[in-house]
Amino acid sequence: MIRVFLVDDHHFFLSGLRAELGGEFEIVGEAGEVDAAVDGIRRTRPDVVLLDVHLPGGGGRAVLEAVRQTDQDIRFLALSVSDAAEDVIGVIRAGARGYVTKTISPPDLAAAIRRVQGGDAVFSPRLAGFVLDAFHGHLTGVVDPELDQLTAREREVLRHIARGFTYKEVARRLHLSVKTVETHVSSVLRKLQLSSRHELTRWASDRRLV
Amino acid sequence: MLLGVAGGLGEQLGVDPVLVRVAFGVLAIAGGAGVILYLLAWAVSVEPDDETARARPVRRPSTRQAVALGLVVLGTMLLLREVGLWFGDQIVWPIALAAAGSAVIWARSDDRARWARIPGNPLEALFTGRVGLIRVVVGGLLVGSGLGLGFANTGADLAAAGDALLGVAITLIGLGLIFGPWATRLASQLAEERRGRIRSEARAEMAAHLHDSVLHTLALIQRADASPEVVALARRQERELRAWLYRAPVPPEGRLRLAVEAIASRVEQRHNVPVDIVVVGDAPLDEAGKALVDACQEAAFNAARHSGAPLVSVYVEVEPDTLTGFVRDEGKGFDPDQVPTDRRGIADSIRGRIRRHGGTVSIVSSPGEGTEVQLRLPRSQQ
Repeated sequence: MIRVFLVDDHHFFLSGLRAELGGEFEIVGEAGEVDAAVDGIRRTRPDVVLLDVHLPGGGGRAVLEAVRQTDQDIRFLALSVSDAAEDVIGVIRAGARGYVTKTISPPDLAAAIRRVQGGDAVFSPRLAGFVLDAFHGHLTGVVDPELDQLTAREREVLRHIARGFTYKEVARRLHLSVKTVETHVSSVLRKLQLSSRHELTRWASDRRLV
Repeated sequence: MLLGVAGGLGEQLGVDPVLVRVAFGVLAIAGGAGVILYLLAWAVSVEPDDETARARPVRRPSTRQAVALGLVVLGTMLLLREVGLWFGDQIVWPIALAAAGSAVIWARSDDRARWARIPGNPLEALFTGRVGLIRVVVGGLLVGSGLGLGFANTGADLAAAGDALLGVAITLIGLGLIFGPWATRLASQLAEERRGRIRSEARAEMAAHLHDSVLHTLALIQRADASPEVVALARRQERELRAWLYRAPVPPEGRLRLAVEAIASRVEQRHNVPVDIVVVGDAPLDEAGKALVDACQEAAFNAARHSGAPLVSVYVEVEPDTLTGFVRDEGKGFDPDQVPTDRRGIADSIRGRIRRHGGTVSIVSSPGEGTEVQLRLPRSQQ
């Protein structure tokens, strides 16, 4: 059974998650703020951490940065109500393997946890849109062509995800295997995390909370 | 600046108020006459009420009138000199010349407009434009001559102390001339930045609070097994609140992105079917953009009404020379060759709209597989 750690400062939401996921996953711990989360995650060493983006004490990003200094193999799936580009890109660049909104249906959330545990990336249509937007436009200031640009295939895969298709549907429409689609998405995630593309930072700061 | 006399006179005479102020200043130095004249002018002047001020056409300060004013001042000075109301040639002439020179430079309105655009860097500001160069040269000469005057007389008798003071004064005027505009601009810029920071901090605090409380409650309602109406209401409220919380500082009116995002609330309001919208890129909302938005909206209405799907997805991308739109549902779908008549009308109106702008429409659907309406439009070249 996949071992999951929940980090959220909203007790209602936390108990809701526990009830939904408890049958399918082993919930090894919960925390409502940054320090307790870092301690708990290091102690229980879960497979997947469901991480709220907004947390007292530095936000989900602080948890990610602290845990990843000591444990590289724990995987994070970010969860947020905000849907703001800055939050999303921020946690992804800090190392989260995916991002979903809190309105996601329980079965979709369970599928996303499994995907992250398997080492793949979870892209919602909105996240795919953010990435296309961030890698959109002129290629001025490209430092590393391998990291700062999307390939035509990656772009096409992301477009389909942004249009609302599941990975399986994308694979069928583009005549690829699901594994290949997952490889493309993981490669996009890597670029998103490592690219020093000027537009990416400017894009995030343009859209941040006023 | 003081009582508004110079400003009023300047407007009356059609001369830049700065010149009038300098004239008063020079006359004051020349023997105190400027002070008396200033007070006299204030006593006899009438404050224009707002109505007449607005009714009067704005007179452009003209060079000819400025020269005339200069001649009047010069004449008055010579008169004062003859009469004996005079501090001495050594003091009055240099100051008068320097003041007149700097006034001419300052009064150049295009020069001042240029200052408004100059970034807050004194060195960069120094050498911008022809007038900037003149000002620097004049200022530099003043600084130099002031210092020279000051140092030449050090060690001499007590009478030289006056000259030394004069030297200091000229030096300060020169420095002020060079760095004055930059310093005032920097000060006002800092104040403005500080005000902006306070505003945005207050806003961020409020956003964080609303975010933590209200958005979470709305998300919880959507996950709970509430009635579809309640879920739709929560979803709408959530979107509106989020749009308000994360909106751009200046609302981008007339932008394609905003127009596409507005489709969601209309469809949800009418059919209680949630709509997911993703927009990549942005453009001004021109005719082609409006056609795309209208067509997407009709397609989304259509999907919400007929497909039975729990969700409609709208995706719009702005590319350098095309606009694309996809409206998709995972509902019951249909056979495009045997379109039910109630759908044909809408499909035709979508096609008509897009074709009028030189675009193409394809509808991909089969029974049980959902439907996707694909729209492609060339962007109009501005």
